Amino acid sequence: MEMHFKIFRFDPEVDTEPYYKQYRVTAEPTERILDCLNRIKWEQDGTLSYRMSCGHGVCGSDAMKINKRCALACQKLAKDYEGEEVLIEPLPSYRVLKDLVVDLDPFFEKVRMVQPYLMAATTPPDKERPQSREENRKMEVAIRCILCACCTGACPVVHENDRFLGPAPLVWAFRFIFDSRDEHQAERLRQLDDPDGAWACVNHFECTRSCPKEIPVTKCINTIKREIKKARDR
Amino acid sequence: MRAFKHDVVIVGAGLAGLRTAVEMPGHADVALISKVYPTRSHSGAAQGGIAAAIGNEEPDSWEWHMYDTVKGGDFLTDQNAAEILTQDAPRAIYELEHMGVPFNRTADGTIAQRAFGGHTRDFGEKPVKRACHAADRTGRVILDTLYGQALQKGIKVYEEFHLLDLILEEGRLAGVVALELATGCVHVFRCRVLVLATGGFGKVYKTTSNCFANTGDGVYLAYRAGIPLEDMEFVQFHPTGIYGLGVLISEAARGEGGMLRNSQGERFMERYAPTLKDLAPRDVASRAIVQEIREGRGIDGRDFVHLDLTHLGKERLAEKLSEITSFVKIYLGLDAAEQPIPVQPTCHYMMGGIPTNLNGQVLDEHQAVVKGLYAVGECACLSVHGANRLGCNSLLDLVVFGRRAGKTIVKDLEELPWTPLPRQGEERSLSRIERLRDRQDGEKASTLRGEMQEAMAASCAVFRHQEALQKAVSAIEALEERHQQVSIQNRGLRFNTDLLEALELESLLGLAQAILVSAMARQESRGAHFREDFPERDDESWLKHTLVQKTDNGPRIFYKPVTITRFQPKARVY
Repeated sequence: MEMHFKIFRFDPEVDTEPYYKQYRVTAEPTERILDCLNRIKWEQDGTLSYRMSCGHGVCGSDAMKINKRCALACQKLAKDYEGEEVLIEPLPSYRVLKDLVVDLDPFFEKVRMVQPYLMAATTPPDKERPQSREENRKMEVAIRCILCACCTGACPVVHENDRFLGPAPLVWAFRFIFDSRDEHQAERLRQLDDPDGAWACVNHFECTRSCPKEIPVTKCINTIKREIKKARDR
Repeated sequence: MRAFKHDVVIVGAGLAGLRTAVEMPGHADVALISKVYPTRSHSGAAQGGIAAAIGNEEPDSWEWHMYDTVKGGDFLTDQNAAEILTQDAPRAIYELEHMGVPFNRTADGTIAQRAFGGHTRDFGEKPVKRACHAADRTGRVILDTLYGQALQKGIKVYEEFHLLDLILEEGRLAGVVALELATGCVHVFRCRVLVLATGGFGKVYKTTSNCFANTGDGVYLAYRAGIPLEDMEFVQFHPTGIYGLGVLISEAARGEGGMLRNSQGERFMERYAPTLKDLAPRDVASRAIVQEIREGRGIDGRDFVHLDLTHLGKERLAEKLSEITSFVKIYLGLDAAEQPIPVQPTCHYMMGGIPTNLNGQVLDEHQAVVKGLYAVGECACLSVHGANRLGCNSLLDLVVFGRRAGKTIVKDLEELPWTPLPRQGEERSLSRIERLRDRQDGEKASTLRGEMQEAMAASCAVFRHQEALQKAVSAIEALEERHQQVSIQNRGLRFNTDLLEALELESLLGLAQAILVSAMARQESRGAHFREDFPERDDESWLKHTLVQKTDNGPRIFYKPVTITRFQPKARVY
């Protein structure tokens, strides 16, 4: 099938402002949008830049806006856009470095702020720390996060308020708050009990809709909010 | 250009690089250089698990695990390495658990384990549950956990820097040159220790489970610097890549009870491996699939077979194999609980690489340690996987030998001096980039890469023979010639992936050649290397490791002995 693409282009070094460029590609219906972008870059226009790596939704490199929705280019297939012009733009809310490549340092900085590692002062046993299946399952949704930044890109609050921690960092906080082995739950909840923490989320659900790993992000954030309230009452 | 200086520079921030790095803080100033953000490293694509004889589900012992590793490697495995790997495995698993890896659990709250290809009890009697796992996202959660450890320890990471060159002065390591992708600037990193942890290079093949970043830059640069590469002919094809795409469907699918079926619905692995059946090692299963296809029993006479998970039930798929269930849904529009999955072998793992000793120290052509240079992970060859790696042994390799290398480096640093940087260590890299930028109207790197991948797939995959290999060697030589005239369209500095891919192509072509000449030289069949013109294993002539060295007169092949301790070679049947 023939695909029509309209792609955001911007090289801050030479362009005074962004522009859109159109391309036509022939693709099998089951090919990925990423395959189409590669065909454009390899066969038509080597100046186009975007990130990619694993090509199957595990590494999280190729997050971008496809027809106004934040998604991974390797998870969307040509047939899903039959008869449409496919509009490709960089993730919103981040500074464009070139074309579809955005500066993700602020994103990773916020992930670092939630201290995404297990904190336990107690000396562990010689073998594994025991954890029940029920306790283990509580984290299951959150460990699916691949830090692609689709959710933060899609979040209207992030767009307005660059101090907001954002959905993915909150998912990572959730993962440790609900890890029965972590001993810093109270401190973690205190950190999120802030107008720019969990409370900045006002349930737009855009994160949940855009998450390529189908994490119920908004639900995770609301669970954190409930846990904060419980902790306040303690 | 900026000059950076660190005691230790590690290139690659997957599991091997990260595990080596976290051993150092407090002892040395360490920095990681990575072509991608660390959490996007390809270790994260590992699905099924990590092996250790912790015996949580049923009796197990590290000796059985060692035996399986040696037999899995078709007796080319260096047994001193396999002993360390398997004996240290339980400690490594508990360490990962203490760091926070969210392993699945048994009803008793201990780490859950499942069966995996080639892992057995009682020295091959029947399958054993040895694979510790977190659903089918094991690599990803370990990567995330080790990244967290690196953050906690404040390790400096240079994200999105591409390795351009090693600076060696009279055989001593002085530093590296790297390209900062965001700015297009070339930087020199001065260091006393360089650790190569750049992973595999499956991108030399057309169909692969590997990511686009897996172009073997570290391995190639070591080769270009005159370090011989070991056992390059041993390339693992994973039996179950999604048809056409090569995306991995974990062996865990068969570990949980999945079966391979041909066009007649027959569970054909029963004929090839009567004891382990679908849980035979990967080389055996991949050959069986290709054999079935060759004999006309591919599905609808085509070049794939079916992986049948329909009997496992939705609940088990959701709990234990959710990731692959979603891949199948997204890319094939299939429900794995209802329909079988079309699969074919996909290039997955390189057993060969930069030769090291048990402590990660790189060895030169005389088996002497190259001072200051280390290699860990898939880019290294210990050789702990021999001629064929068992599933779940690679994540284990990364954390066991990454830690050992880290400890060794801390000790070695006491004696390793700063080697003076040559005046213009970055000169070669700069002129290489300049040539690419200036050249007009050359061929595109992508065209050449495509031809290389086709040539490798046609000649040096699951089955090989002299004639096809010879043809491919000529084809790669011609491509190397044409590569001298490649040009790029993008002449900008920022995030120039056009330039990046042209640079990577040099690595891929060099490594393709090393694979081919090593494969052509080995006139026997062993593990993943199957020669149709020499279908038998020949211990008398070929129980030895291949070394291939780049010289001015073309690649030189020589050999070194295999370390055999506990298990004498015998017939390999499953």
